[in-house]
Order: sequence, then structure tokens, then C-alpha cells
Amino acid sequence: MRLLTVSQLNSYLRELLEADEILQDVWVEGEVSNFNRHTSGHCYFTLKEGDAQINAACWRTYAARLPSLPANGEAVLAHGRVSFYEVRGQLQLYVDMIRPAGVGLLQAQFEQLKARLEAEGLFDASRKRPLPELPRRIGVVTSPTGAALQDILNVLRRRYPLAEVLVSPCQVQGAGAAESVVEALYALYDAAPDVIIVARGGGSIEDLWAFNEEIVARAAFASPVPLVSGVGHETDTTIIDYVADVRAPTPSAAAELVSPDVAELAAAVAALAEELDFAMARRLEDARQALDGLRARIALRSPAVRVQRDRQTLDELLRRAGAAVGHSVALRAARLEGLRAQLAALSPTATLERGYAVVRRAADGRVVTSPEQPAAGERLEITVRGGTFGAVKQDGP
Amino acid sequence: MAEQDQTYEALFARMQEIVAALEAGELPLERALALYEEGMTVAAACQRLLDEAALRVQELQSGAGLRLGAEE
Repeated sequence: MRLLTVSQLNSYLRELLEADEILQDVWVEGEVSNFNRHTSGHCYFTLKEGDAQINAACWRTYAARLPSLPANGEAVLAHGRVSFYEVRGQLQLYVDMIRPAGVGLLQAQFEQLKARLEAEGLFDASRKRPLPELPRRIGVVTSPTGAALQDILNVLRRRYPLAEVLVSPCQVQGAGAAESVVEALYALYDAAPDVIIVARGGGSIEDLWAFNEEIVARAAFASPVPLVSGVGHETDTTIIDYVADVRAPTPSAAAELVSPDVAELAAAVAALAEELDFAMARRLEDARQALDGLRARIALRSPAVRVQRDRQTLDELLRRAGAAVGHSVALRAARLEGLRAQLAALSPTATLERGYAVVRRAADGRVVTSPEQPAAGERLEITVRGGTFGAVKQDGP
Repeated sequence: MAEQDQTYEALFARMQEIVAALEAGELPLERALALYEEGMTVAAACQRLLDEAALRVQELQSGAGLRLGAEE
């Protein structure tokens, strides 16, 4: 038995309610009534179902995020926590999300979590990382017995057998699946692969639910390497798809996305080898051309060329000299001929022809040009046209 | 270099380097020839790795206890 003041009692009640896990994260289905939006922006209403009702409050920040404010009489799913308003001594549902009741509880939960994580920035495009081009180690988080794993391994075997696959087995559905996925993710983070695939084959929304859990989303967000989600079929979207760096529609597609095709790789190698050949051939051709250029230049400067040139010059000189000499001989011959003609003209023979005679002293053959020259009785030789005969100088003229 | 110990990624990267170096065309001829030979060897090693590769699959031990968790 205890005695409590009212405030002690109310505070005890509040603490009691707030310590209860279920009451702190609950969806309540009911009909909205007495809806009232205060000027502060906060909304107050009552949720009713049959004869039961509970007061509800939705703070302005949450109300602002609602797609539309509920109307009185509308059937809704409200998410929030239950607490005790001590001032009035009232139990109250503090609502942070309202969905039309028609969408179903799981869908409403999905949207609520999605909106919250999105607001927190877990889906930001700016933090999406590109996948590695040539991953060496590919981590796979999936059921070790599921078809998804076999699909992934088949794709990788065909496309990219160079890789090493680290399978981190987990439970992908049922109670404890989310925790199991988280554990498998962290085990992979320790093993440090180059890329991670989180996969599960198709199933109902309940089957895929582990991948809509907040702990899974946060664990995926914490991945130190790019993460690809391949959960369910193409039409299924789970929270992890938004968090993943790349979303693949199926497990096989996820495997395709992380793996380059070995045929393309072989083609790339062949292309590189060809480029290598081409670059080398061009390099050799450049070298050859450079060499040819040098050879041509050196040939121009070779002594052989000079010798050849000099020899030519010499030949030319000789030819010119020969020509000059020949010319000179001919000239002289002509001149000689002229002189001979002149000489002939001057020859005494011609005079003799005309009847003159030449008188020489017999002693020395000198021509007598004056009557006093020879002594009396000196022998002379007289030459006329027909020949020479002797004579003697007489006294007196 | 021991090609057996080289990963495909490293070999491929080396090949790209070699081609780039050759295409830059500023190497002494002897060096270029040596690089060319290396490049051809590396290309063959790449091709061999691609031809002979077999996917290695390893299961992490940490989650082994969860193997019974059924899917489908």
C-alpha cells in the first residue's frame, strides 16, 4: 500500500506506458472523429471503434508530412506511441503517421518507414556509389538453400568466373529473418568483399518483409562497399531497394549488374593487344623514318659525294682546258698559214721572177747592196730566176 | 614478374599502362620493345586467366547456424 500524490501517480503511469515496447511502436485502426486542427498546427482527434475510443494528438511536424489530413468518419491506420498526458490525466495516442485503412497494415508500415528513412537521407542519390568494374570478391547475402543463390552463381559462372564469391548465409523469411540478414551483412563487412548482393527470390509481401525492416535498412546503409539489392520479382519494391547503391529487379539481375561479361573482357584484352601492336608498329615506323632521314642527311655529307663532285669538276676543267688548247692550236696554225702566205709574198723568188737578180759575196754569202761593198776582183754569186752563177767585180763603177 | 600471382585486374591495368606508355611515343626504342614484349605476355596471361577461370565459392562460417532457415 502506498500513498502517492497525483503528480507522482501520473508520472508513474507515464513511465509505465513508455516502458512498454508494443505501446511505443503501434498501429491503431479506427475511425477519426472530433478532428481539430489547432492554430499552432498541431492536430487533435479521437480514434473510435465500436464503443471504444482514445484521444490522439499529431504534432505539427508530423501533420505537415501527411499526404492529406483525415476527415471525421474516415477509417484510418494511425501509427505512433501511447503515453500519458499528466496535466490532464489522460491517455493519449501520439500519432506520427496516418494512412487510409484500406491500404493494409504492412503497406502503411512500409510507407511510414520509407518516409522516415527518406527524411533522414538514407536514400539520397548523392550517396549512391558506382559498382566496381572488376570486382574480385563478390559477397552474397541470401539463403544458402534458396533458388536465388543458385541463380546468382549460375550468372556469375557464365559471365565472370574470375570472381570469388563469399556467401554469407542468412534466413530470409520468418521470425528473426531481419536479425539474421543484419548479422550476415556485418559478417560480410568483416570479410571485405568488393561488392555485396543482398538477394531473395520472389514471394508475398509478408515473405519479403525482412527486407522492409528498419534494422536491415540501416545495416545495408552502413555497407562499406557498394551494395546491390535483388529482392523478389521486378514488381516488388522493398525498403532495402531504396537504401542499396543499385537496385536490381531480381537476384539474377543483381548478379548481372555486378559482373562484367567474360566475353567482353576477352574482347577488351584483344583490343588492347591490338592497340599495343599498333602502337609498337607506329613506334618502329617512326624510328625507321627517323633513321632514313638521318641516313639521307649523312649521305649528303659523305666524302664520297665530294670526291664524286670534285671528280666531275676536274673532268669539266680538263674538258675546258682541252677545248681551250685545241682552239689555241688551230688559231696558231691559221696564223702560221697567214705568215707563210705573207712570207711567200715577200720572197725574193717572186722578185726574181720579175727579172731581178740578187748579188752575194761568194766569201760570206752576204747580199751586196752597194757598188762599193765588194772589193775589185772579188768573187760574187748572182742569182736569177733560173739559178745562180759566178761573177767577178771589175774596177770602177 | 610472376604472372600466376597476378590478378586479372592487375594484369589488365598493367596492359592499359603499357599501351598508354607506348602510345605516348617518347620512349627509347629499346624500352618500347621491352614494353611491347611485356604487353604481349600480359595479354596472353589475361587471356589464359579468362579461359581457365572457375568461379570459387566460399561460405562464411559466421552465419552457418542459420542454414536451416528455409526459403520457398
